[in-house]
Amino acid sequence: MKPTTKSQQKIWQRFSRRSLLIGGVQLGFAGLLGLRMRQLQIKEADQFRLLAEENRINVRLIPPERGEIYDLNGYVLAENEPTYRITIVQEDAGDVDKVLEKISLLIELSDDDIARARSEMKRSAAFLPVTLRDRVTRAEIERVAENAPSLPGITPEVGLSRIYPLNDIFSHVVGYVGPVSSRDLERRQDDDPLLRIPRFQIGKVGIESKLETGLRGRAGARQVEVNAVGRVMRELDRREGTAGQKLQLTVDANLQSYIKARLGDESASVVVMDCKTGALRAIASAPSYDPNKFVRGISYNDYNELRDNDHRPLASKTVQDAYPPGSTFKMVTVLAALENGTITPDDTFFCPGHLDVSNRRFHCWKGGGHGKVDLVTSLKESCDVYYYELALQVGIERIADMARRLGLGEKHAVPMSAVSSGLVPDKDWKFANRGANWLIGDTVVAAIGQGYVSASPLQLAVMTARLASGLALDPQLIRAENGQTALRTDFPELDIDPKHLKIVRDAMFSVTNDRKGTAYSSRIIADNARMAGKTGTSQVRNISEVERRSGVIKNEDLPWERRDHALFVNFAPANDPEIAVCVVVEHGGGGSAAAAPVARDITLQALYKGDPPLDAYPPKDRERIARQQREIRAKMPDLNAVRKARV
Amino acid sequence: MSYLEYRVKAIPTGFRKIFFMNWGLVLLLVAAASIGFLMLYSVAGGQWDPWASAQIKRFGLGLALMFVVAMIPIWFWRNVSVIAYIGSLILLIVVAYFGSVGMGAQRWIDLGFMRLQPSEVSKITLVMVLAAYYDWLPAERVSNPIWVIFPIILILIPVGMVVTQPDLGTSLLLLFGGGAMMFLAGVHWAYFASVIAMGAGGIVAIFQSRGQTWQLLNDYQYRRIDTFLDPASDPLGAGYHITQSKIALGSGGWAGRGLMQGTQTRLNFLPEKHTDFIFTTLAEELGFIGGMSLLLIYLLILAFCWISAAQNKDRFSTLLIMGVGVTFFLFFAVNMSMVMGLAPVVGVPLPLVSYGGSAMLVLLGAFGLVQSAHVHRPRGVLR
Repeated sequence: MKPTTKSQQKIWQRFSRRSLLIGGVQLGFAGLLGLRMRQLQIKEADQFRLLAEENRINVRLIPPERGEIYDLNGYVLAENEPTYRITIVQEDAGDVDKVLEKISLLIELSDDDIARARSEMKRSAAFLPVTLRDRVTRAEIERVAENAPSLPGITPEVGLSRIYPLNDIFSHVVGYVGPVSSRDLERRQDDDPLLRIPRFQIGKVGIESKLETGLRGRAGARQVEVNAVGRVMRELDRREGTAGQKLQLTVDANLQSYIKARLGDESASVVVMDCKTGALRAIASAPSYDPNKFVRGISYNDYNELRDNDHRPLASKTVQDAYPPGSTFKMVTVLAALENGTITPDDTFFCPGHLDVSNRRFHCWKGGGHGKVDLVTSLKESCDVYYYELALQVGIERIADMARRLGLGEKHAVPMSAVSSGLVPDKDWKFANRGANWLIGDTVVAAIGQGYVSASPLQLAVMTARLASGLALDPQLIRAENGQTALRTDFPELDIDPKHLKIVRDAMFSVTNDRKGTAYSSRIIADNARMAGKTGTSQVRNISEVERRSGVIKNEDLPWERRDHALFVNFAPANDPEIAVCVVVEHGGGGSAAAAPVARDITLQALYKGDPPLDAYPPKDRERIARQQREIRAKMPDLNAVRKARV
Repeated sequence: MSYLEYRVKAIPTGFRKIFFMNWGLVLLLVAAASIGFLMLYSVAGGQWDPWASAQIKRFGLGLALMFVVAMIPIWFWRNVSVIAYIGSLILLIVVAYFGSVGMGAQRWIDLGFMRLQPSEVSKITLVMVLAAYYDWLPAERVSNPIWVIFPIILILIPVGMVVTQPDLGTSLLLLFGGGAMMFLAGVHWAYFASVIAMGAGGIVAIFQSRGQTWQLLNDYQYRRIDTFLDPASDPLGAGYHITQSKIALGSGGWAGRGLMQGTQTRLNFLPEKHTDFIFTTLAEELGFIGGMSLLLIYLLILAFCWISAAQNKDRFSTLLIMGVGVTFFLFFAVNMSMVMGLAPVVGVPLPLVSYGGSAMLVLLGAFGLVQSAHVHRPRGVLR
């Protein structure tokens, strides 16, 4: 027998003491629970029981007001208007069929409305209101109100609905809202109870969708007592929600309206970016559509028309479409060569009109060739062979690296839908995606922005703004949230020698201001608004050897969809750049003829914040421009009719 | 004292063991579970499907598990404690990498016929390993700092893993359960006093620093704490459950509205009416009397554990029984306080009543251990 030691005994005593203590604590806590239960169930029961039995307590959401969206100057781009709707609560209606029959005598109800309401009733709880019809007229509301006693469960409700006063001007930027769908719920993984309200409006496209959470706000709640007929007897408790964020954008409704009117029926896109802040002053894609139609529920015919239009009005071309940048890419190639020390501005190459690389002949756009070409001439006259030669010496990796430094190939963080990252190809990309090795010919075509290279108009604008400012600008679309500025200002310097940037800027200046420049005819002659730019023409078809021998077919002789895309990028004023502009006219033909004149008009319009004086234009254009200005004014919406908020 | 010092012969063998089980405890467990079946039947609107029938099957499985565990001598369980503890840690690691994500947290391993929550298992294995540790540790070393740090590490490993799932409720349960074990084992008062003082100091520091230059947490973390402490400030999120369950409780009154008559729970105000918030249904439909009956059954279960522990002279067994009791207590205490609006909403089920497999099986397995300790308790004369 083992004697129990003293310390063991002590531990035993301690154990029993402590187990008693723990038992006591447990008993005490259970007592506390019992008391609490007594308090809730017995003492306060009368109050709760009464509420629960004669009436029903219901928590109803108070939907917050969706945040409004303004432009730079406070013009309202998206706001909320009161709309009336008729709802039915199954539980209170009793005989739903009878009530539906009665109400259809008072207001117009299509079979569709009834079918949809029925299927919603099946899905949702019996005490939740289901919308019978939206956007009912005042007269109809009055008729329903008069007959309320014989319509149990029917309530007219006032709600807020989204409206876009500028119709199609900002549809690709602001987007639109629509009733929440099960796909939205899946995609968003959002447990906000507001989304459980049938047909609650949430952002579908554009800023409305990307900044949905902020715009939506947070729901308030009210606890109401409802009697047997569903009427709210009194409000027990009310907690206000938080209204959605009011957003002020960087875009200028005046400028954007002008651009839309200037583009007319073209399939085109324009980006105007501030060279100091990266703020997007305008980002327009044409043709466009009316977002209000989508909010109200677009008809099949209207939708099909939009969908089947070969000018693709639904596409947000500024960010979503990536085009071969063509000659606008030449700044990238030349900067890569300068930075690498491959050339100096005075080095020349001889352009005979073509260059043979590994058994393939690469043509210059000018069949006869440019002769001896230096850096400035190469950009000014857009000689291709000069860039073929550069490409052979610099190599694709350095070109790709420079392109990325200028913001190409990068998915810029603007809150718009389907933002494309474009493509800056390199050896690894081709091997991974095409399963083939990079060929020297790929480098040659990449140097003039053809082949695999592609960039969205937004990216080209960013590139131009970065070239012009020397800053690593990112595009910005939101100027302020709830009045608090949301603009970033801390952009670092570009990792490019400022001397080299100046060389390129000067060469771009000669494109538009030198008699031999490709965009000389689109020059600005006002000294404080001179622009520097670069034309680009992006081929959408291959030109065969046979065609080349018999003469390249002119764009005007081709069907629309096979014509080249016209591109133009520029910044202005050239001496102290304020804005960068990118214009892409799909199938417009050559950049100098189809895109540069548009870019000039928009640049002047942006710099002068309205119609510029005619003497900014060369004398021979003035008469035509005056006429054009009158025509465009007539097409522009009247902004005075739009509410202007103080911002 | 340990079972080695007693004559093993006096302990019942073979199937005779069944007669020596604590049958009162078995009956109480069945009673609590039956209340659960009844409520699940009622919540489903008088249907055995989808919840009640599945729950009955699980309870049957759990009872069988309890009997099997009870038949195996307690010294075997003592010897496998460390292995069980390590096994549960491995399960926690597995769930972190391969588990399914449900309700925003990664907690389950899908076994096909049921979903295993390793955090539930670790509640019991922690109790086992701590009981075995203090059984092994000579009594005079219990309060020695070196021997105090070791069990703290044993507790903190699973707590840390469960917190990252994230499952705050279960990790707090583990922390309190483990602390209670150390307390019962006789660790000196001063340790607990200093931990409590430090915790209180830390909380005060966190709140004092708010808005000061030396602010300890981020602003959003403070906002979270605010809603955690005052759910009413977020009526549609955290506060929604509380308001609704208070109304449901209140409308129950003395005797309740009767089975299947609860309006508040029936109107789907409470999305988790069959799991964590089942007590609201019980209180609304069976009233104060029903709720108190369940509380009484729980207290009796605790009392039976306590008496069984007091009768037992084996240190491992007593610690284990008390530990299971404390774990069980923490389960229902936290759940009920949360339902009655006394504590923030954390996901802890009502033991034996809430719908759910893991918690039920683990609890019944734990009571199997209690039974085994009861059956194999040292009897009679010292060797």
